[in-house]
Amino acid sequence: MADVIEVGAARKDAPPPAGGKSRRGVTVRGSRATPYLFLAPYLLLFLAFGLLPILFGVWLSVHQWDLQLPNRPFVGLDNYRDLFDSESAIYGDWWSSVRATAIFTVFSVPLLVVIPLGLALLLNKSFPGRTFFRAIYFAPYVLGVAVIGLLWRFLLDANLGLVNRLLGAVGLPSDTPWVTDVPWAWVSLVGVTVWWTSGFNAVIYLAGLQDISPELYEAARMDGANAWERFRNVTLPGLRPVMLFVLTTTILASANVFGQSFLITQGAPGQQTRTVVWRIVDEGLRDNDAGRAAAMSIVFALALTVISIVNFRFFRYRED
Amino acid sequence: MMQNEMSRRRLLGLGVGLGAAASLTLAGCGGGSASKSTATGNGGKEYTGPKVSLNLWNGFTGGDGDIFKKLVEQFNSEHQNIAIAVNTYRWEDYYSKLPGAVSSGSGPDIAVMHMDQLATFAARGVITELDDVAKALELSEGDFAPTVWKGGLYNNKRYGIPLDMHPLGFYYNKAVMQKAGLDPNKPPTTRDEFTAALTELKKSGVQGFWISPFQFTGGMTFYSLLHQWGGSLFDAEVAKATFNSDPAVEACTWLVDLIKQGHSPSNVGQDADYLALKSGKNAFNFNGIWQINDIAKDPNAQIGVAELPQIGSQKAAWANSHNFTIVKQRSADNNKISGAKVFINWLSEHSLDWAKGGQVPARKEVREGAEFKAIPNVATLAPELEYAAFPPAAPGLGEVITTFYTSFNEAVLGKKSPKQALDDGVAKANKQLEDNRKKYGS
Repeated sequence: MADVIEVGAARKDAPPPAGGKSRRGVTVRGSRATPYLFLAPYLLLFLAFGLLPILFGVWLSVHQWDLQLPNRPFVGLDNYRDLFDSESAIYGDWWSSVRATAIFTVFSVPLLVVIPLGLALLLNKSFPGRTFFRAIYFAPYVLGVAVIGLLWRFLLDANLGLVNRLLGAVGLPSDTPWVTDVPWAWVSLVGVTVWWTSGFNAVIYLAGLQDISPELYEAARMDGANAWERFRNVTLPGLRPVMLFVLTTTILASANVFGQSFLITQGAPGQQTRTVVWRIVDEGLRDNDAGRAAAMSIVFALALTVISIVNFRFFRYRED
Repeated sequence: MMQNEMSRRRLLGLGVGLGAAASLTLAGCGGGSASKSTATGNGGKEYTGPKVSLNLWNGFTGGDGDIFKKLVEQFNSEHQNIAIAVNTYRWEDYYSKLPGAVSSGSGPDIAVMHMDQLATFAARGVITELDDVAKALELSEGDFAPTVWKGGLYNNKRYGIPLDMHPLGFYYNKAVMQKAGLDPNKPPTTRDEFTAALTELKKSGVQGFWISPFQFTGGMTFYSLLHQWGGSLFDAEVAKATFNSDPAVEACTWLVDLIKQGHSPSNVGQDADYLALKSGKNAFNFNGIWQINDIAKDPNAQIGVAELPQIGSQKAAWANSHNFTIVKQRSADNNKISGAKVFINWLSEHSLDWAKGGQVPARKEVREGAEFKAIPNVATLAPELEYAAFPPAAPGLGEVITTFYTSFNEAVLGKKSPKQALDDGVAKANKQLEDNRKKYGS
């Protein structure tokens, strides 16, 4: 520790050129192994719980794999082909689950990126009771999916639920099938998810907002920028890395939606709100077809990877 | 049956203590009397070897779990050389956890399982044949109800010793019936009486019989009626799905038409049918025997229980059953197996206490005893055992039965006509059965 401080201090005081160079050389040579040592624990975890399971998943996906059955025949790409072969038993279920997940993601992500940003901007102002409101907006996020799922299923019940009763009381239609018919089921699922998880994204934004130097705002104000211009030219650029993080994690989280539709709509009507992750769980754990479940997971993961890459590219491009 | 069902029940029980939940969870508040039957010494069933410790897994997460544990404690204190340790998991975890635990050698010795899971676990080599157990214990069909006893078979070999059965029952709200001018002590028992009652209820402004599109318990209502109309889900070999047969379509149409005729609202949510019954918004509900403990909590005792009315051409009711199974071990320990046999026999003889948790004992001598007959409501549903429609025994049926319930869901929610929904379901179910045949090679 002391060494580090000394080096830092020396650098600050000493004139930069000649002496500094040799010192830097020494530092680099001495620490060649250091980064790897620092990385080692994570690398180990990543290998054990990340890479190996992925490779094992690939291995599973080319077999008909049941934990219990003695023979687990190699089936090549059959598990993958089934997903794209309209004659297979799984084809309809698989694509309907892809469709469900896509609908949910497309509608939930924009809301989950924009609404929390608005919240964070409000909560970043100073006003009495700010901490209280920060807590209130974050509160739903601490609840488990089982809790919010049951809660909203009863609130949204078409015939007995509070939501329809309140709507009726103010003269609106009181028989909306919130959880048993589309598109209402999607409105419910997206709405509940926004209510549930906005607080989390808002907290991330809030941290990002507090990282933006007040001097920038001050300078902008001096240049005569109004509130909108300050938001466009200071806040948004300052939040870009945070936004990339929020967007990426939100897309992944939304694509992984499972609990909400499992509990609130139970897939109804028919299987229209049954999502990909639900399908994978059923395939692997209920129907004991780990091979097919693995094939689904890999196709799904590849699709999400592509989306994430596009996402990163887009933001990098904007930065340039 | 199937993970989904169990999970739903449990989740519900968890949260709001509501209805469908209770199947296995709310059980147990039955009666305060601590009477017990003593073992009717079955000679030669004793275990005299060195002390063995046995692990037992079950999914009794609710009040029924406490009753079960008490029985196990009693057993342990009566048997110095057998120690049973109980592990309880939620059913939905249970069936996915068990195979992994068994293959890694950390599984239980005894596992409680639903009848419709037996074939899957037998085909996958998780549980062991019990024909010798039945023989050693001198258990035979005569000791049990034939339907339940046969349900423990797969490929003509026994894999489960039945503990109980839990059928669908007919729940009715007496106060609502009275208001509509119906005799609250005479619930309808035939189709004519049933529809006449619905007409009266409608006149008094009550939609009498809500049709839930969900498996719990609208789907199970359809399952029952399909059998009442003389239909079946599958052919005898479980090779082809048959739930688009004429009887099935008629039964489904009859239910869907109740919505059109205004006896049920559309878009009934999960559990809304049962909640509406309890709050007097409807009058009739077909629900599981597990609700008996829930309605017993009502101080006004407004909800009555009866056998399902006969709507179709014969009596039938959805039912499932808990079975004891012995799990295959890497190295068989005969002492453990002997100990397990003693336990299974003992508990089956003591199933009277289990009945107080809201289950009909599978064992005849218990079921026909005066003490069982005195248990309110549970005993009322016991006669259903004679015509209970248990799920068929074939491996991997979970997803196929889900397809069945999904078809019903589409029909009730008006997405498709009953015929169309069931036809589509059967087409898909047949593909799934085909896949299963390839996989399990039957």
